[in-house]
Amino acid sequence: MDQITILSGKGGTGKTTLTAALTSIAENAVFCDNDVDAANLHLILQPKVKEEHSFDSGWVVSVNEEKCNSCRICEDYCRFDAIHYNEKEKIEINPFQCEGCRLCERVCPVQAITSIKNKNNYWYVSDTRFGPFVHAKMGPGEENSGKLVTQVRKKAIEIARNINAKFIINDGPAGIGCPVIASLAGTGKVVIVIEPTLSGLHDAQRLVDLVRMFNIQIYAVINKYDINEKVTRNIEKYLQENAISVIGKIPFHTDLVKAMIVKKTIIEYNPESEISGIIRSIWEKINNN
Amino acid sequence: MSIKIAIASGKGGTGKTTVSVNLYYFMQEYWSKNIQLVDCDVEEPNDIIFFPEAVKNTEDEVTHLIPEIDTNKCTFCRKCVEYCEFNAIVVIPPAKFAEVNASLCHSCGACSVACQDHAITEKPLLIGKVTRYSTGSGNGLLEGRLKIGSAMQTMVIRKLKKEPDIKNDIIIYDSPPGTSCPVVITVANADYIILVTEPTPFGLHDLKLTIDMLKAIDKPYGVIVNKAGLGNEEIYEFLEKENIELLGKIPYHKGYAAKYAIGGLLKNIPEKFKNYYIEIIDKLKNKLS
Repeated sequence: MDQITILSGKGGTGKTTLTAALTSIAENAVFCDNDVDAANLHLILQPKVKEEHSFDSGWVVSVNEEKCNSCRICEDYCRFDAIHYNEKEKIEINPFQCEGCRLCERVCPVQAITSIKNKNNYWYVSDTRFGPFVHAKMGPGEENSGKLVTQVRKKAIEIARNINAKFIINDGPAGIGCPVIASLAGTGKVVIVIEPTLSGLHDAQRLVDLVRMFNIQIYAVINKYDINEKVTRNIEKYLQENAISVIGKIPFHTDLVKAMIVKKTIIEYNPESEISGIIRSIWEKINNN
Repeated sequence: MSIKIAIASGKGGTGKTTVSVNLYYFMQEYWSKNIQLVDCDVEEPNDIIFFPEAVKNTEDEVTHLIPEIDTNKCTFCRKCVEYCEFNAIVVIPPAKFAEVNASLCHSCGACSVACQDHAITEKPLLIGKVTRYSTGSGNGLLEGRLKIGSAMQTMVIRKLKKEPDIKNDIIIYDSPPGTSCPVVITVANADYIILVTEPTPFGLHDLKLTIDMLKAIDKPYGVIVNKAGLGNEEIYEFLEKENIELLGKIPYHKGYAAKYAIGGLLKNIPEKFKNYYIEIIDKLKNKLS
């Protein structure tokens, strides 16, 4: 079983558009949306949800004001600047600054602080017209996105083993931080989608350095390559120097947006188009190199 | 007190950086020269690309404290393991093994409180950099940059937001994409949030997620639709129905995209684009000053 993860560093370069197109080409595959905090692949795949699971999104801390004697010990210990006292000398905990380490609860001499598990994240197992799909929805402003990525991937692997699938295709998150790191462990191949802008190149370089730490095979796709062909050439030069093969160059075309609007992949929307041909050849190259 | 404006988006690649850089530039002319730009997208900081003549003034390392366990003093009682909410400590008593996994540690200090044997000392680990640049006019750019391989992006953003405020009238925070903890920390102390979106199904979907997050933390916001004309009209219907302020519409323009590509956003800005930003600044001034 091959695990293929589509990443980009910079957001908005076309990860999900490419992933969606691959879902309509790949046979015997399981699909998994690793971009849990701004998931989009479900908008195209229109999943029929079969299972819904809640997922811990950290601790919610609350204070018993009657017990609290305003000693301020918790404030001294908190390293995240989450505890403050208001003008009335009453303790206030900012849930969006809180990391959920529970140290305040442990140091409180009068046991005025308690935490409960917040289950504001969800993950789903679904059916789609192209095959099984595991995806998630994070509660607004929640943490633990890395752990949620690990959870959806674990389920996708389990399903792939059960049905003897040949591929898992992961739509990855933007950036290079914890959700991306969580999306890399155990992945066999990474496809980096780069747009020909200085930002796109800069961000791809940081991503390549990260992926190399995991010793994973990297392929590159240059999307909207005709927006600036000079920058495209610089990107090709960088990739060549780093022994990364360019497995496809996709031109800018409004068909891609039109397909998205009618909730179709580009392969379904216009199978005979130049872009569909390029993406089919990208899929072949991922599998034959 | 300075006015703090955060630029966020949910979906990546909608134009956060373009809007941040342009507002920083035009606000100097149409609002105040006492303005600073802060790049909080520490995983992929790109603002600097648009200031090719910027001069680096200072560069500070961002570290966080990682505990080290002295196995000569450790009694292998496992109390630190019990206190650690991030599963970052492994203690195996029969093997006299006790170690901290630095990549999981959030540096909360709970294990040091737990340890009764004085076996834990904390040592700094590099997780990123904070750099100050001068940009010719304005108070310059403050940039956070996550060390590649580190999963501690929120810690770098926290550090960035603690930097001494050099009495700016206005501070602009360029936020990372998504809706989870790094975004929340970026917008947490902002007076107003500008959401940059694009008129596509992906753009609208992620805008809704971001609005849910802002409602949860109770922050005022308005929307800029970038790349107008590229997708469909659904986004405008949504904004009208929900009574959300549309601050401005910036049309998709291939020539402008090409300027973005080479980092030339602030060179020979077409009059039309300048006017879009002046209008947006007027609205913000009425609201915030």
